[in-house]
Amino acid sequence: MTTAQPSLDEIQRRLLNDFQHGLPLTPRPFEHMARELGTTEEAVLESLQELQQAGIVSRVGPVFHPNRVGVSTLAAMAVPAERLAGVAELVSAYPEVNHNYEREHAYNLWFVVTAPNERALLGVLDEIEARTGLRVLDLPMLDDYFIDLGFRLTWD
Amino acid sequence: MGLNVTQLPMGEGGARQRLIAAIQGGLPLAPRPYAAIGECIGLSEQEVIEGIRELFEQQLLKRMGVVVRHRALGYRSNAMVVWDIPDERLDELGPCMGRFSFVTLCYHRPRHLPVWPYNLFTMIHGRDREEVLSRIDDLVASCGLEAVPHEALFSRRCFKQRGARYVAEARSVSDREARPLQAGEKVVI
Repeated sequence: MTTAQPSLDEIQRRLLNDFQHGLPLTPRPFEHMARELGTTEEAVLESLQELQQAGIVSRVGPVFHPNRVGVSTLAAMAVPAERLAGVAELVSAYPEVNHNYEREHAYNLWFVVTAPNERALLGVLDEIEARTGLRVLDLPMLDDYFIDLGFRLTWD
Repeated sequence: MGLNVTQLPMGEGGARQRLIAAIQGGLPLAPRPYAAIGECIGLSEQEVIEGIRELFEQQLLKRMGVVVRHRALGYRSNAMVVWDIPDERLDELGPCMGRFSFVTLCYHRPRHLPVWPYNLFTMIHGRDREEVLSRIDDLVASCGLEAVPHEALFSRRCFKQRGARYVAEARSVSDREARPLQAGEKVVI
C-alpha cells in the first residue's frame, strides 16, 4: 500500500477542494464550475470522470443529514480473528450496509446500516446476529455536533 | 413556481422518494445532470432543481458536491476516537470537538454498559498514524479532555464504502452505466 498522494493537476485539486459543497443548482452546473476555474465544461466533466475512475471521487452528489431520510445506525461486533473475513463478507453483502471497516479493538468490525424505516433496520441487525451467533451493538446517533462543510485538503 | 415535492406523498413512488432515489448514488457526469435525472423519474429539469432546493430547505441535505474518498488521496489513516463524557457535559464538549476541521464526524451515541462505556464518537483523518495521534492531543488540550477516558480505534481494513442508500433503489441514473470495479474497491450492490 502506497502512502503517496496521487499526482493531480491544478484543476483536479481545485475540483476536489473547492466544490465539496455548493454544487450550482443551475441547468449546467459543470459549465458554471468551469467558468470559476477558467476552463471548459468538457474539461471539468473529463476531470471528474478521471477522478471517479481513479477512486478519488466517490460521487458528485448529495450528503444527507443522518436519520432525516430513512434511518441509520452504527453497529459494532467483536468477531474472533479467524472468523473476521467471513463475517465481514456476510455483513457487506447486505445492500443496507454502506460502510464496513475493521478497526483495532476487541470490537473489531464496524459498519453503518441504513434502511427506509426502523423495522427494516432492526431486521438487518437481528438477522446478522442470528446468522453469525455474535452480538451486534446498536449505536444510533442521538445528537450530531458536526456541521459538514466538506474536508479541507492540503497538498504536499 | 416549481413542484413542491415535499408536500407530495412521502410513500413509495412519491416524487420526493423518487428524487432521493435518483440522486443518492450521485449525479450523472453529463452537461445537464438535472435534466437527465428528471427524464428518469418523470420530472422536468426545473422541477428537479426546485426539488433539491426544497431538500435543503427541509434540512434533509447537508451538502451537494464532490464527495472525496480520503484514503485514495493519501489520507490513509483514520481513527474513530470514542470518549466517555459525563452526560451533562456533552452539549459543551461535543461542539468544542466538532468545530475542528480534521474532525469529520462528531456524534453522541448510546453507551452499552458494561461492554461499551463510550458516548461520544469522533472521526479523525490524517496522512498517517502519527498525524492522527497528534490531532487527538490537540483536541484533548483545546477542549480540556485530560480526565476523559477515550480510545482511538484505527481502521485496519475497509471492506465496503459507498454512499448510503436511503430508499430502495429504483432507477438511479448514475447506476445505469456499468462501471468497472476500481482498484481496492470491494463495493458490490
